[in-house]
Amino acid sequence: MAEKTKLDANYTVKKSMGMGTIRVIAYVVLVLLSLMCLIWFYLLFINATRAHSEITARISFVPGDNLIDNLKKLFTSTLDFPRGILNSAFVAFASSILTVYFSMMTAFAVHAYNFKGKKAVHVFILAIMMIPTQVTSLGFYRLVVDTLNLKDSFIPLIVPSIMSPITYFYIVQYMKSNLPMSLIEAARIDGCMEISILNRIVFPLMKPALAVQLIFAFVASWNNYYMPAMILSSSKKRTLPILIYTLRSATEKDKDFGFQYVAMALSVLPVIVVYVFFARKIVGGVSVGGVKE
Amino acid sequence: MNETVKKHSKLGKDKWGYIFLIPFFVAFLVFSFWPLIQTIYFSFFDHYFSQTDFDYVNKFAGLKNYKELFTPETARLFFNTMVMWILGFIPQIVFSLLLASWFANNRLRIRGAGFFKAVIYLPNLIMAIAFGMMFFTMFSRGGPVHQICEAFGMSPEYDFFFHIGPTRSLVAFINFIMWFGNTTILLMAGIMGINESLFEAAEVDGASQFQVFRKITLPILKPILIYVLITSLIGGIQMYDVPEVVTKSSGMPMSKDIFSLNVPAAETVIMRLAKYISKSKNYGSAGALSVMLLFITGILSVVVYKFMVKDEE
Repeated sequence: MAEKTKLDANYTVKKSMGMGTIRVIAYVVLVLLSLMCLIWFYLLFINATRAHSEITARISFVPGDNLIDNLKKLFTSTLDFPRGILNSAFVAFASSILTVYFSMMTAFAVHAYNFKGKKAVHVFILAIMMIPTQVTSLGFYRLVVDTLNLKDSFIPLIVPSIMSPITYFYIVQYMKSNLPMSLIEAARIDGCMEISILNRIVFPLMKPALAVQLIFAFVASWNNYYMPAMILSSSKKRTLPILIYTLRSATEKDKDFGFQYVAMALSVLPVIVVYVFFARKIVGGVSVGGVKE
Repeated sequence: MNETVKKHSKLGKDKWGYIFLIPFFVAFLVFSFWPLIQTIYFSFFDHYFSQTDFDYVNKFAGLKNYKELFTPETARLFFNTMVMWILGFIPQIVFSLLLASWFANNRLRIRGAGFFKAVIYLPNLIMAIAFGMMFFTMFSRGGPVHQICEAFGMSPEYDFFFHIGPTRSLVAFINFIMWFGNTTILLMAGIMGINESLFEAAEVDGASQFQVFRKITLPILKPILIYVLITSLIGGIQMYDVPEVVTKSSGMPMSKDIFSLNVPAAETVIMRLAKYISKSKNYGSAGALSVMLLFITGILSVVVYKFMVKDEE
């Protein structure tokens, strides 16, 4: 009996010590990984406040007083950054709104109606989810440039957003658990048209999920480089990623680090600000329906 | 009578299912399906500038573009892409597994788990072009990382981007930072799904943390791990933005070994595809390369789907 208690005590001590060591290791690794993620942004924002000569002279972890100068340079540069911000914002807003609304419509069609081939439609959309956009980019480029004559236009960057299989997938998963069919039946009995059921009843109910998907779609468009770089050619139409890319071509002689850092800082800042406010919702949205569980 | 009316109205209602699908499928046909057909069509043609016509012409070329695709040069592009993908994926999966098992461990009770998760996920949302440019600036001469290395005795003349190892590793490192948070969250969802009583039973039996991880967590996570592996592989094949900006579209530095065949060491498959489309107008090669990518991603997707369906059953 005494023997057993001793054994138990031993076991508990050993186990809790193991747990304690793991906990310490876990915190150290977590802090190091977090630093590894954040340090770049910290240096980016610090260097955005310093002059080129200061930046090349030595590394610093405290801000300088050159932010206004750098910003002035940015806003008067021939690269026309204000225009780039507006272009990016316009394309991202328009395409994310289309993505979210039409994905909701598609998801509603599959969720709320019984029609022939419904299951096939769902499987089909899941199947095309995996096809990379680059695979069809040659044909897309030819369609836009030759057939539709829309080179240097925002339309080919916005309208195709109607079709977003991944957004559809998230929303249809959300509908399964959050959109009771009885509600839709009730609206029908009240004589509500199907399209107004979608707009007046489904839409408000789906708002939490749609907001997260709107952020994802906005960020995806804001960050997109591949297609815009092929389609947009004039300097007036450049979006932010294209402008950031042009910084890479600066020669050793006319390189201005202060200018470069403030440009990069401005193009990532909006996403970071939105993220600070909605991080929990966004992180939650990553796993929902990501893997069927 | 009543029954017929009901049935009729029901049918009328369900036609709205089709109507609501119209925008999606019209967009799909116009912006995905038709371009796909065009892409396949072009893969059988030579597209070149004719001196006599003073314009680009298409000439039927049969399987020529496909034959040209199966060369060591293409293999080299895939090799470059896969090297950079694997270099990033190994730390990504190791740290994600570790972090996910810690976050999901009820007895470990990590404080501030929400904060840590938010921090490690952040890079996933950052513009890849800006992220790549940021790292280029930090590691280039006069950048803060270069300055730190100089303080430890590195020559001020040394340029990371003239060397193959550092350039490829940096691209891989950026991919790792951008994706390990995402993978952690996906794996966590899987670990949370494991029945808590399994862990308790293992604890009662005196299993060590490592044993629990190896004998319970890993086997149950297998489907998700395969999902993560393959989706990441599909993403890796699409690697473009980061090496594009880091190497200024050149894919440089050039390899010195005899297998390099004048393919720069950091040039990826999609970088070559983009060059074919918008710079050299080599639509034939672009088409054949696209069809090849479609096959590869198609096969990989079928594997993922098989695992997900099995998981559901």
